[in-house]
This record gives sequence, C-alpha cells and structure tokens, in this order.
Amino acid sequence: MKHITIILPVLLLLAIAITDQSHAQQRFPAPEFESGYEYPEVAAPEPRTLALEYVDVMVLLGFMLLTSWLVIRKRSRQWILWLSVLALLYFGFWKGGCICAVGSLQNMALSFSDPSYAVSYTVIAFFMLPLAFSLAFGRVFCASACPLGVIQDLVVINPVRVPVWIQRSLGIFPFVYLALAVLYAATGTDFIICRYDPFVGIFRMGAEFHLVILGISFLLIGMFVARPYCRFVCPYGALLKVTSMFSKYHLSITPAQCIQCKLCSGSCPFGAIEKPTTGKLMDDMKGRSGKFLLYAALIPLLVLVGGLTLSSAHVFLAKAHPDVYLAHLLIEEPAIINDPDNLDVQTFLASDRTLEELVVSAGEIQATFRTGTRYAGAFIGLVAGLFLVSQYVVRRRTDYEPNRGDCYSCGRCIRYCPVQKQDA
Amino acid sequence: MERKKTKSRREFIISSMRFGMVLSLGGVGGLAFRNSTKEQWVWQIDPFKCSWCGRCATHCVLNPSAVKCVHAYELCGYCDLCGGYLIPGHSARSTAAENQLCPTAAIERKFIEEPYYEYKINEDLCIGCAKCAEGCSAFGNGSLHLQVMHHLCVNCNECAIARACPSDAISRVKASGPYLMKGDFTSDGGET
Repeated sequence: MKHITIILPVLLLLAIAITDQSHAQQRFPAPEFESGYEYPEVAAPEPRTLALEYVDVMVLLGFMLLTSWLVIRKRSRQWILWLSVLALLYFGFWKGGCICAVGSLQNMALSFSDPSYAVSYTVIAFFMLPLAFSLAFGRVFCASACPLGVIQDLVVINPVRVPVWIQRSLGIFPFVYLALAVLYAATGTDFIICRYDPFVGIFRMGAEFHLVILGISFLLIGMFVARPYCRFVCPYGALLKVTSMFSKYHLSITPAQCIQCKLCSGSCPFGAIEKPTTGKLMDDMKGRSGKFLLYAALIPLLVLVGGLTLSSAHVFLAKAHPDVYLAHLLIEEPAIINDPDNLDVQTFLASDRTLEELVVSAGEIQATFRTGTRYAGAFIGLVAGLFLVSQYVVRRRTDYEPNRGDCYSCGRCIRYCPVQKQDA
Repeated sequence: MERKKTKSRREFIISSMRFGMVLSLGGVGGLAFRNSTKEQWVWQIDPFKCSWCGRCATHCVLNPSAVKCVHAYELCGYCDLCGGYLIPGHSARSTAAENQLCPTAAIERKFIEEPYYEYKINEDLCIGCAKCAEGCSAFGNGSLHLQVMHHLCVNCNECAIARACPSDAISRVKASGPYLMKGDFTSDGGET
C-alpha cells in the first residue's frame, strides 16, 4: 500500500509529462521581453479547506446529539423546530446541499465496487452517523439535521390523512429507488439521487428548469401530504426506517402513563401514530396466520421473480451509461456520424477510441448490469415479500405509540399529550 | 404471565436485530475505511482532454458556470494576431466588439511592447464557453484553457458537467492539488 502511494504520483507525473509533450503546441515561441515585463500570476483560488469539512461532520454530530436530547429528554417541539431551521440554513442554503447523507450512499456503493474510487472520511461519516443515531434514538437525523426533510417539514400547513393502504404501498418505492440508485452508482453510471434531487436547486437558487418545477411541486404537495419526498421517495430514509425500527430509545408521545385520551391520535401529519389494538382488530386478525405463512413461503419466489424481471430489463437500464448509449446509437443509426450537431458522436469520432473498443467497453458494462440487476431485483422482491408478510403481523398495543419506522421524531405529538411528567 | 412472555420474546427479537444491525453497520464502515482517504476530492478539468464543446458554460449548476478560462502566460506567444481573441474573419486587429471571439468580451488585450500583446481574462465576465480556448489551441499555443474555479464551485457530489462532458475530461482530483494548469503540473493531484 505504501509503495502505491509513492509510485502512483510518480507514474502520474510521468504520464502527464508524456501527454504534455505529445500535446505541446508551442507554435509561437515565448517572447523575450525587453521592457522588463513580468508574467502576471495565474488565478488559482484554493478550495474549501479540509478543516471546514471536519467542522461539517462535527456540526452534523452536534445537531443529532442535541436533537436526541430534545426528543427524548427535553421533549420540546419548539426547540426541535428552531434547531431544524438552523440545519436548513447551514446544510441547505449555506453549504448548498453537498455532501449530504442521502447522496453519500452512492459514493459508498461506488467505492465498494470500484477500488480506484476512494471515499473521503467526511463522506463515510455523513453516511454512518445518521444510521448509528437511528439505531440508538430513532430518526433524529430526519427531524432536524437533514435539509431535504426540514424544508418539507416547514411547509406542512394542512396535512390530509393518507389512507393506510396507500401509505404502506407507496412506502415500498423508496426501497426500489434505493436498489436502482445503488445499481447505477456501483456500475459507475450516474448518481441518480443527486441528479433528481428536487430541493438542491432551491438551496442554490438555480437548477435546470424541470428540477425547479419538481422541487416546487414537492413543496406544494407537501402542504397537504406532509413530507412527500421523505415518505415515498427518499432512499436513505428507507435505510433509516429499517434501523429505526430496532432503535434502543425512541420518542414517546406521553412522558408517563398513557390515559387513552386520544388527543394525539390526529396530531401526526405523517400517519406514524399507531392506534391501540382493540379486541375487534385482534378478532379480525384471527385465522390470518395462514396467510402469514403463505406469504412467508412466497418470499423466495418473489425474490426469484424480482431478480429475473429486473435482469430482463438490463439492456434498457444499461443505456443510461454514456458508453452503452453511444455504442447503441452508433450501431443502430450509423448515419448519425454525419450529424455535426451531435457533440457526443463528434467528440467520439475525433478521439483515439475505435468503435470496437467502445463496443467492448459497452459489452462489459452491460454484463455488469446483468449481474447488478439480478441482485437489485432480488432485493426488491425481498422487500415486497416482507411488506406482504408484515400486513399480517399485529402487535398487541395498549397505548397510542409512534411507529418507529415511520416516525421522524419531529415532536409534534408531544404537544398534544395532556399528561404531565411526574417528578420522581 | 402470558403477556409478559410475549413481550419479552418481542424484546429479544428487537434487541438481537439491533445487535445484528450494529454489527453490519460496523462492517460496512470498516470495509469503507479500507478504500478511503483523508483527503477531500474536488472536480477539475484535464485541459489536455478537453474538446472545447461548450457544455461547461451550460451544464454547471451555477449560473454563470464555475468553470472559467485561465491563461497560462508562460505558454503564450503574446501574438498580435491571436486566435483566441479575434474572431475568424475579423475586419481589423482591434479591440472592437465585432472582432472579438469572446461572447462576453471577457478577454482584455493590452499592448506590452512591439509586437507583443497580453491577453488577460476578466473572471467576472467569463462564462466558461471555451470559444477562446478552442481558437487558441487551433491557431496558437493553447495557453488559454478551462479550469474549475474552486472559490466558485460548490463541489457537487456528482459534477453535472462531468456527466455531460463528451470527452471525459472532468474527474476528481485531490484538494491538495486542485488545479491541472497547463505548463504547471507541480501539483500532486491525481485522477481517479
């Protein structure tokens, strides 16, 4: 390893020196000035220092520690709200959105599949910290550290109750998106989460037109369907949902004994409060254990079907890779080489690469996609199977409780609970 | 008694799942550290790969683009007839707007001594369209070239220009060597 760090820069310098000579176009010799003219300095402003990147990690850590304390001990919606506004200003509008935990999962995926793609410590920290906190305290990252979540949380005005079956069914999509994002990142094709991030354009006050429209529509919908991106799209939220289900500590609606007053039942805009299981519900569930077993037995089949279905689309999915796209284009429409406006084709024709090399490269990428789509499809099948099975699991619940997977720890419900904390 | 038993079973499942997740999270983190670096990455253009397509001006998330033209003065011939400054078929070798190749008149031409002229980029006006870099490479020494300016670049996780670049000229370089200037490769930045 140590040798590589020494050899690599030397090789690189050598390679650069060679290309330098081959590209040297000193058509006109450098002048010999007689007037004592000196070369002006070439402008090369330094990038953000490494220290500031570590400050970001510390700020993230600080935000989540403070939120955990506010959610579990202090139990104050007001404080969580102000903290979330600060996070929106710092991570969103000041930093411009990158690097964020949601996008970092793609860097992680690419670094696992491509040994030449090294991730920085900051990226690892941004990926790991929210998940670790979620295992300990629930989704405190979503509450007031994620700028994407907070911007939606602030526009919740008149949330409507989404029917449970719609909410649960749409809740599968984040897992599908996660599988596709990992597939595209690991094959080195694209970072689709970043590319179709609806809010980053708002943070930077500028983006492509269709993304601005997407961002504004998400915010408009978000006034009535609270946090639509978090609930039905966010792929990192899918990971947080799973870890949060098994969290050690979590926000509780009531500070002491629940008195079954039902005041909190309508307080959650995200439909994340679970009702107590009544006798009727338990009766309904009786005799359903057969279905539970049936769907559990179906899981391997779903995994297989998922893998086969998605891998049958691997040629289409691989076209997102520029090499595959270009190879398809050149083979299917050879006349395109006469189109002077097609920059990709013209640049390829002017380069040293031959069509054979391009086709070989495209073939390799397609083969990677065939394997990748099998895994991604199998994963989607597994999630679908677990979703079906979970419909027939009923937990005996005596109180109103937050659903640990869906709860963003925003603290709205705390305000509705009339029970006072008893000083021991 | 019955209730208590169910509850403890559920708790057992939850805590063992949690334990498994802590382990897998630790495993993912540990594996990630094996392919990690202390350094930060920034985006940069390799001027020798650049094909002056003009997408740097249009595809950056910023408007105007964080890509600007820089001038490697030591490579410049200081010509009077400059392929990067004057539009092909110019009527006169002057600073008149109709003779300039640059759409925003961002290149300032200054007389130094007979017969040499200095060409300086006004960064505030430059949009990174690469017209001058193309002209300079076609007719001159190629001293005008594009670079990502790091005081402007927001360092997106995936550079929107890199995705659109037809010649694959944009890659991540280490923040300790953030520029790939022509005529100056003293930086230890590397491609990935």
